[in-house]
Amino acid sequence: MLTLQINGVAHQVDVPDDMPLLWVLRDVLGMPGTKFGCGIAECGACTVHVDGKPVRSCSLPASLVGARPVTTIEGLAGDLVGEGVQKAWLDIDVVQCGYCQTGQIMSAVALLKANPHPTDDDIDQAMSGNICRCGTYRRIRAAIRNAAGVA
Amino acid sequence: MPVAMLSRRGALAGAGGLLLAAMLPRAPARGAMRIVEDQTGPFAPNAFVRIAVDGAITLILPNVEMGQGIYTGEAMLIAEELAVGLDQIQIEAAPPGDPYITKELGTQATGGSTSTIATWTGLRQAGAAARTLLIQAAAARWSVGPETCQAEAGVIRHAASGRSLSYGEVAAAAALLPAPAAPAPLRDPAMFRLIGTSQHRLDSPAKVAGTAIFGIDVQVPGMLVGTVAACPVLGGILTHVDAVAARKVPGVRDVLTIGNAVCVVGDHFWAARKGLEALSITWDEGVNAAVTTATIYRQLHDALDGPAIVAHTKGDAKAAIASAATRIEATYQQPLLAHAPMEPINCTVQVGPDRCDIWVGSQVPLRARDAAAGITGLARDQVHVHNQYIGGGFGRRLEHEYVIQAVQFARQVSYPLKIIWSREEDLTLDRFRPAYVDRLVGGLDRDGNLVGIEHRIVGPAVVARWAPEALLPNGVDDDLLVATAVTPYAIPATFLEYARREAPGVVTAWWRGVGGTRGVFVVESFIDELAAQAGVDPVAFRRKMTGDSPRARAVLDLAADKANWGAPLPPHVGRGVALQYVFGSYLATVMEVEMSDTGTVRVRRAIVAVDCGRVVNPDQVVSQIEGGLIFGLSAALYNEVTLQGGRVQEDNFNSYRILRMNESPMIDVHLVDSTEDPGGIGETGTAAAAAALANAMAAASGRRYRTLPLMGRQA
Repeated sequence: MLTLQINGVAHQVDVPDDMPLLWVLRDVLGMPGTKFGCGIAECGACTVHVDGKPVRSCSLPASLVGARPVTTIEGLAGDLVGEGVQKAWLDIDVVQCGYCQTGQIMSAVALLKANPHPTDDDIDQAMSGNICRCGTYRRIRAAIRNAAGVA
Repeated sequence: MPVAMLSRRGALAGAGGLLLAAMLPRAPARGAMRIVEDQTGPFAPNAFVRIAVDGAITLILPNVEMGQGIYTGEAMLIAEELAVGLDQIQIEAAPPGDPYITKELGTQATGGSTSTIATWTGLRQAGAAARTLLIQAAAARWSVGPETCQAEAGVIRHAASGRSLSYGEVAAAAALLPAPAAPAPLRDPAMFRLIGTSQHRLDSPAKVAGTAIFGIDVQVPGMLVGTVAACPVLGGILTHVDAVAARKVPGVRDVLTIGNAVCVVGDHFWAARKGLEALSITWDEGVNAAVTTATIYRQLHDALDGPAIVAHTKGDAKAAIASAATRIEATYQQPLLAHAPMEPINCTVQVGPDRCDIWVGSQVPLRARDAAAGITGLARDQVHVHNQYIGGGFGRRLEHEYVIQAVQFARQVSYPLKIIWSREEDLTLDRFRPAYVDRLVGGLDRDGNLVGIEHRIVGPAVVARWAPEALLPNGVDDDLLVATAVTPYAIPATFLEYARREAPGVVTAWWRGVGGTRGVFVVESFIDELAAQAGVDPVAFRRKMTGDSPRARAVLDLAADKANWGAPLPPHVGRGVALQYVFGSYLATVMEVEMSDTGTVRVRRAIVAVDCGRVVNPDQVVSQIEGGLIFGLSAALYNEVTLQGGRVQEDNFNSYRILRMNESPMIDVHLVDSTEDPGGIGETGTAAAAAALANAMAAASGRRYRTLPLMGRQA
């Protein structure tokens, strides 16, 4: 039995040791905002924060999370930076299909928490692990700039 | 086990709709957007509008949302004439049904950049018809003439008496009125309040909050999760599976088989995946076991000579070229391409004795329904397809073979079964954009004018499988005539022929533009080669030939102006242009690239001028062009599906490379004001990408690029 701290709530789960955090979130805890894209940490759709750092939950066994706090897209409500990023996304209609966007937002929030005023190079570096097949990169970059401006 | 489930009662009563409504957020600050289903309202004057006595206004949207913004655009069309705000409505994905069949695609389908073209008039009429009846009902209650009443924001007002009634208050009465004999008059475009203004997407808040439910997110009470291994060689069959080890994996519940695939079912995806990995499967790989990509390309190149079907002629191109001062020939090759949407293929199915429910994102829900009826033996009206948000379509979900597969597995069990393909399964078992080879021959007169083009297209006819009745009587796939038989140019003579060669070992399918994307690349590359041979600037060479097409000339001039065409560039930097008329819209694209001595390419910026007729939601047109270009750049630079031993080799994003943010250029899109009927937009940016890029690379490097992908092994 594992105890996971997710969005400030302790969850006890009985799962195999090698089960990635992604599937614990989606299929055990019923939190589908974190997405499955590739399963090999190539696309970033599954990005969550562990101890404030962006990680690819498809490739992180839940048993290795330990007591470190996990934040998912569902946990951004009430978070100043998180809500600021979400608002920036809405203001310029970043999303198209939207499937990768929760992962994009989690990467962007982690960036802005570590670096409140990123350069374009900082943004590219932080965000290039997240694939958007709809090609919304220009708007993602703009939304991060906008969110940084008001944070 | 999944915990975030509804009660069984709720799920049965409302199928997916209640589930969705329950899981979506409370009204966000800007407009609530609930997706509903199976709601009943007394006033349902047509297949697109339903109004309940509590005032709930539901718009039923005929096309599925897969990123292109169509839910917002179609809601705008109805709301414009219904006289309601976008913040007053809820939306429903159309169920399978005849009212949603369009003449453009011959079935209920979302594809081919046709949605706005197909619904532009009909959805406005649906809104106007509903408004007319609601006003009549209010006028009757007040005993006044309907012409003395006006509707605005869901309220009918009689100005003379100051009285008002909401739509909900007259919905029951309006439902009893006979349908109008003639279509209600439509609003003068000069009076549009919504159409032509940039409106925020209705689906953004839920997608940003992470509460939007895609097919892969659907939860049904009692559901188990399966994942599949199908024979990796097309046409192969399952001969034996040893599942002893798989059944011992904790959480594995079932191992199911069909003729060419195995499904392991578990409490969650991870158990299913571990179980699948523990299987020992024996396939009979069949006749395609030796197919390689080289086989496919060789067949295409071999067909450059020999018999072909004459697809289109104008004048005598052969004679014109024979007597030309200069003759130019070029052969272009384009690869098989995968769709690779971010959401892997998935489908959730529950089969009962008298009912089948399917929760899936589909671009062809009617086909999915009918196929499920055929497999289960149920009547069509016993099959319920609940269409979901699609995490990227690009034509992949114009196929429904994954629905057939899911139903074949689910009918073997009593529980609802959600099947999720791994990314590896999604890519290697995709249905692919065909590979093509095109040869073009052109002639220039002494003054550098184009006198004629001969063009042979070699490749599969996707339409022959997808809609056989649409194959032209002479055997030509008319999708291949897009961008080739019709161009923005007045070319004195053209001769277009087609040699059909179906690719062995793969199923070929629609993509983000097949004819349009393939055709613009070869034609616009060749026009560039002709301009170079003539010693004429590429924009000037094109412009000279657009005298009969003022819309094409206008976008070309606009793009050239905005791109500062002709201004000096640093060393190793080149500009390329592409001009196109496909999907009913005109685009001119200027791309600027920087090439290193080692051959690497950086796309610096793209400038696009667009005339797509009347625009419904301008910012979403811009968005589609931006995204379409990026999609096309990924393909043009990197993407190629290859086969060895009949097996597709590219199986994840580490071998099927997608453009990332650090490679993403600046993109400036300029829309031309137009009062023409709407054209399509979703595939146009993708169609523009390869030609503009290859032409820019040619300008930067001094050599031509005729094989895609540009950064691939063969290029």
